[in-house]
Amino acid sequence: MDHIFFFYFAAVIAGTSVLVVALRNPVYSALALLIMFFHVAGLYVTLHAEFLAAVQIVVYAGAILVLYLFVVMLLSIRSEERYHNQLPVAGLLGVTLCTEVLLLLIQSRTAPAVPRGSAEAAAETGNTEMIGEALYSTYLFPFEVASLILLVAMIGAIILAKKDIIETTE
Amino acid sequence: MTVPLSYYLVLSGFVFLTGVVGVLIRRNIIVILLSVELMLNATNINFVAFSEYFHQVAGQVFVFFALTVAAAEVAVGLAIIIALHRTNSSIYIDELNLLKR
Repeated sequence: MDHIFFFYFAAVIAGTSVLVVALRNPVYSALALLIMFFHVAGLYVTLHAEFLAAVQIVVYAGAILVLYLFVVMLLSIRSEERYHNQLPVAGLLGVTLCTEVLLLLIQSRTAPAVPRGSAEAAAETGNTEMIGEALYSTYLFPFEVASLILLVAMIGAIILAKKDIIETTE
Repeated sequence: MTVPLSYYLVLSGFVFLTGVVGVLIRRNIIVILLSVELMLNATNINFVAFSEYFHQVAGQVFVFFALTVAAAEVAVGLAIIIALHRTNSSIYIDELNLLKR
C-alpha cells in the first residue's frame, strides 16, 4: 500500500517537474509546478510530516506560486520560441548525473538497511507539537535569523520594485 | 513493507537534476526561478525522508528554514525581474548582454 502511494506521488512529481522545464508558456509551467507542490505535500503525508504538508500547500502553493503567476500576468510574457543555446551542455550534464543517480540506486540494493528508531515516541506526541518544541527550544536562534532574512527580503523587494523611490529621495 | 529510503533519494535527485537542466536551458528568468523552486523542493523531500527514517524532527525543522529562504528568494527575485523588465523591457537572459557590447 505504501508502495502504491509512493509510486503514484513519485510519478506525478517527476512528470510535472519535467513539464515545468519543458513547457514553453510560463503560465503552464507555473501550473505544472502547482500540481507538483500538491503531490509533494501528499508525499509528506505518507512520510508522517502532516504539518509540513499543510505548510507546503499554504506557503508554496498559496503564497509563492500566486506571486509567480501575478508577475507573469503583470509582465504579459509571450511564450518562448526556442530554448537557450546551452541546451547540448545541459543535456550532457543531465544525462551524466542521471546515470550517476541510477548507479547509486543499483549500489544501494547491497547497502545495509537504515536502522529505524522507536516509532512509539513519534506516535505519542503529535507531529506539530514535536516540530514546535524543537523549533522554539533547540532551533530558537536560527528561527530568529529566519525572521531577519524575511525582513531583509521584504525591504529589498520594496526598494527594488518601487519605481520612483530613488528619484524622490535624490 | 515500507518504501526504502533510496527511492526517496532517487526521486529527489531526479527532481533536482530537472531543476539544474531547467536553469541551464530556459531563457525566461521567471521559469529559471521556478526551476530553482524545483531544486529547493527536491532538497525538502530529502530532508523529510531522512527525518522520517532516523526519527529526528530536526529534518522537518530545516524544511522550515528552506521554506523561509525560498520565500525570501521569490520576493527579491521577482522584484529584480520587475526592475529588469522596466529598464530593458525583456526578461530573456540571452538578450541581457549589456556587458558584452
